[in-house]
Amino acid sequence: MTVSTAVRGRVVLAKPGLDGHDRGIKVVGMALRDAGFEVIYLGLHVRAEEAVAAAVAEDADVIGLSVLSGVHLAVTEEYVAECRRAGLDDVAVVVGGTIPPQDVPRLLGVGARAVYPVGTPLEDVVDGVRGVVDERRGVA
Amino acid sequence: MSGSTVRTDSGIELEPYYDEGSVTPGLGERLGRPGHPPFTRGAYESMYRGQLWSMRQYAGYGSAADTNARYRYLLSQGQTALSVAFDLPTQLGYDSTDERVTSEVGRVGVAIDTVEDMELVFDGLPIDQLSVNFTINATAPIILAFYLVAAERQGAALADVAGTLQNDILKEFLARKTFIYPPAPSLRLVADVVEFASAELPRFNGISITGYHAREAGCNAVQEIGLTMASAIAYSEAFRQRGLEFDFFAPRLSFHFASQLDFFEEASKVRAARRMWHRIATERFGAKKETSGRLRFFSGCSGATLTAQQPLNNVVRSTLQCLAAVLGGAQSIHVMGYDEALEIPTEESVRLALRTQQIIAHESGVAKVVDPLAGSYFVEALTDEIEERAWALIEEIDKGGGYVEMLAEGVPQRWIAESAYEYEREVASLERVRVGVNKYVEDDAVAPPLFEVDQEAAERQRAALRERLAARDDQLAKDALAALRSVLEGDGNVMPALMHCARSGCTLGEIADEMRDVFGEHREPQSW
Repeated sequence: MTVSTAVRGRVVLAKPGLDGHDRGIKVVGMALRDAGFEVIYLGLHVRAEEAVAAAVAEDADVIGLSVLSGVHLAVTEEYVAECRRAGLDDVAVVVGGTIPPQDVPRLLGVGARAVYPVGTPLEDVVDGVRGVVDERRGVA
Repeated sequence: MSGSTVRTDSGIELEPYYDEGSVTPGLGERLGRPGHPPFTRGAYESMYRGQLWSMRQYAGYGSAADTNARYRYLLSQGQTALSVAFDLPTQLGYDSTDERVTSEVGRVGVAIDTVEDMELVFDGLPIDQLSVNFTINATAPIILAFYLVAAERQGAALADVAGTLQNDILKEFLARKTFIYPPAPSLRLVADVVEFASAELPRFNGISITGYHAREAGCNAVQEIGLTMASAIAYSEAFRQRGLEFDFFAPRLSFHFASQLDFFEEASKVRAARRMWHRIATERFGAKKETSGRLRFFSGCSGATLTAQQPLNNVVRSTLQCLAAVLGGAQSIHVMGYDEALEIPTEESVRLALRTQQIIAHESGVAKVVDPLAGSYFVEALTDEIEERAWALIEEIDKGGGYVEMLAEGVPQRWIAESAYEYEREVASLERVRVGVNKYVEDDAVAPPLFEVDQEAAERQRAALRERLAARDDQLAKDALAALRSVLEGDGNVMPALMHCARSGCTLGEIADEMRDVFGEHREPQSW
């Protein structure tokens, strides 16, 4: 598979659930865009099926979720399951938001590839996503 | 900051010091006396000597009974007013039994399905002696109907129901994002409430026009004031188009601002806002009543400025924010819990937030004199500058076709997102210091004990609703919903029909669905 050098990776971003706090996801989206990623932001109240369909259509490397309402565990499980159901086992689901420290291992346990709790420096999120994409694309 | 230029958070360039020459002549007229036009110095003549601000901690979680217990606790600790946080299903018109929202029930606020839940929230708390703020918007008319019927069942008179309904749908489209219906029917519901409250509820504010959420979403203090005034203009125009006189509704309009960290800018911006609203009321809308131009506001300390790192530092941040709100002349204040960057606050952190207010009120001495910052060369120059820049923003919005039009195009939403990104880049580049985040970092900071979510609360809520539905007279509920529908399809005021629905045992989800059916649902255009 040829890896495009023009785009660092393709990232689908979504706000699952009912939470409307979109400051974080927009800031992360702008930072990823400025770092050379192609970012597709799906907006609010996105269901897992919608995000996975978008990931298929856009040939995305990563689905990024932002949850500030405390329901990160339930929605992450749902998104990971939906990815598997659609055969997108290699698409990484990453999660950010108001996530208390004790929930980070739990999220990784239900299949999140990376977790960026509140307070994570912006550059760490960008570096993290870059690492996830490179791994998927087999870039050393 | 580049070179030697020093700026406020909203980018106003600052002199090293200020003197007589910094203040434009005519200050006396721009200030007036406290409690008198143009209200720069405060909404009331005696301010905190007459009455301290309301200490109004925002609270609510789990079931109605859980929230009732938290309120009893807060009141027993000397809190003077209540502020209800609702869960997202309640804010977005879903019942707790709706399978689409299972994990969200009772999570960020209390779940309210029927009027019985509202009665439980206020069980043992006499509504006619309370002042209650409701952070509710898309479903605001339904929640108000539930509250008024709960009051009625306690034997309270409508004239004694005091408090504030947020009911500001424009800022939902702008920043907070709990909208359901498209803008036009949403605005009609806001107007219904304001009309009803202005006529029937003399101690109740039917709307709180808020800049808080735009600010928390990332805009700066100047944009916060400009956008809030632009939206107050848009509401006033909408209410007048409906045939309401400005002087009928304007005295009951209330406002809501954030209090963030640039201390003097935060204290100055609300002084500028008061002066601006007075000018808008008199010049733009020809107000005849003096109280139509008197801006009263609730100040919310800032969640966005809290840090997950070294959370106890947030106590200090909140203290400064509360102090800025007091010096700015707030009518009521909420102080954040220090743990709110991580979870909903524990009882201990909420108590400390309340004590912060009490110490400022009773020990610091700052409440002894009205508007103590007045006459400071710096504060007056800054107040003038913020006002001038906010007027420029209003002019830009007027030229762009008005606030509602620009909102539909996603323009102010972009301003906010860009401003938020700018802020984060400043943090990343160390241009902006955040203690414990990009400077004075500790790797081994101890995490505080966090609030533990009761996983059973949602299930108890669902069981209670099922029981109530099994016991109710379904025909009565159906008839009430049908009566509501005919009001929705016409142009009468929805409030009486909603109160009838509440008395007939209709659920919030059923009522919201009826409205969805008639009005349709709004889907946000991606402006990004």
